[in-house]
Amino acid sequence: MGLQSCVNINKEWDIVGARQMGRDIAREIGFGTVDQARIATAISELARNIYLYAETGQICFEVIDNINQKGISMIAIDSGPGIRDISQVMEDGFSTSGGLGAGLPGVKRLMDDFDIKSEEGKGTEIRALKWVR
Amino acid sequence: MDGKFKKIVIDNSDTIVHMWLDEVDSLKDGNYTSSISDELFENTNREFVNVIFSSIQKQGASISLEEFSEKLINLGWPLSYITDGLQVFRRVTVDYILSQSDQVDSTYISNVLKSVDMWVEPIIRQLVNEYSGSWEHIVSLQRVALQELSAPLIPVMDSITVMPLIGTIDTERAKLIMENLLEGVIRHNAEVVLIDITGVPVVDTMVAHHIIQAAEAVRLIGSTCILVGIRPEIAQTIVNLGIDLGKFPTKSSLRKGFTAALEITNRKVVDLDGKEESIGRMLDSLNGE
Repeated sequence: MGLQSCVNINKEWDIVGARQMGRDIAREIGFGTVDQARIATAISELARNIYLYAETGQICFEVIDNINQKGISMIAIDSGPGIRDISQVMEDGFSTSGGLGAGLPGVKRLMDDFDIKSEEGKGTEIRALKWVR
Repeated sequence: MDGKFKKIVIDNSDTIVHMWLDEVDSLKDGNYTSSISDELFENTNREFVNVIFSSIQKQGASISLEEFSEKLINLGWPLSYITDGLQVFRRVTVDYILSQSDQVDSTYISNVLKSVDMWVEPIIRQLVNEYSGSWEHIVSLQRVALQELSAPLIPVMDSITVMPLIGTIDTERAKLIMENLLEGVIRHNAEVVLIDITGVPVVDTMVAHHIIQAAEAVRLIGSTCILVGIRPEIAQTIVNLGIDLGKFPTKSSLRKGFTAALEITNRKVVDLDGKEESIGRMLDSLNGE
């Protein structure tokens, strides 16, 4: 496990900050441009969800450096309203904000590993991981 | 009490200035001001300490303080120079007053601290306000400048307009894009609008959603919208996200989009034998590089 760096999400422009940081880390570890774009997009989705639904939260990045593979792990944490039905938000096209409803299922497809924990009224924690190929 | 301390400080200003200058000079090495020439540093220090003393004498804000802060801001010196300097001044002055007094007990010390704080605080407050005021001013100017750049619409030829988008799209900008797009399509009587996203770093669902809405709105007023400048990595992320951009034509480059737009408006680029490429060159220049 490498060092962790976090970005606080309080306003819309923090999304850009989080994205930038994630992209920089991804570039450093050795991701190609396509994967960099995937990672940046996934961060953008997660950060925007925090901004839209929880208003404030945090995105943390961790570099994972094992013997056989390297990767980036990102954790989006908020203490917002939480998600009642996780299987519903993982469906394509479901949105409560009038968006496209492709965010979370999209992130799952963009990344290699995806884990979501949420409790109504307490908050949400999403972990997503991408390995360097 | 306060008057007495003030008298000590003003009567012995030379000594205190000396002590202060020594201390501040020692801060210089390996610090924020290491790139500043010694001469300028010394002059500024002297000016700074004069400003402090004149402000103590006059009790509160003075014009020289304002001028001084303006000068520092213009020189681009860090705010920490001022806060450090005043911190040192506070320390030196308290030390000096205490060393000049015969009987020192805790109430005396707290009185000294209170008085010195009362002299230094208005100076800190005003200088910090001036600094943050100038930053806020810069930020608001840049915001205006950004807004002016945010959604330009270029009529390239009859009934074809281009909207090149560069940089991050946030909610506010998305609104501007929509408004400018619709207004421009009507004003220029455009049949085809090309939205160029070559310069947009990330296309997430929000950006895609806004583009889809804009294209749909353009369709409603009877024009066609072509999305151009989709880089390969963006195309892959859009597919991964599962976003359906199938409702309107998309092209990889502005050049191809422009050719398609010409076709829609029943025109084409024709080579004038030999010295053709005037339109081709124009297309190239439109293409960015």
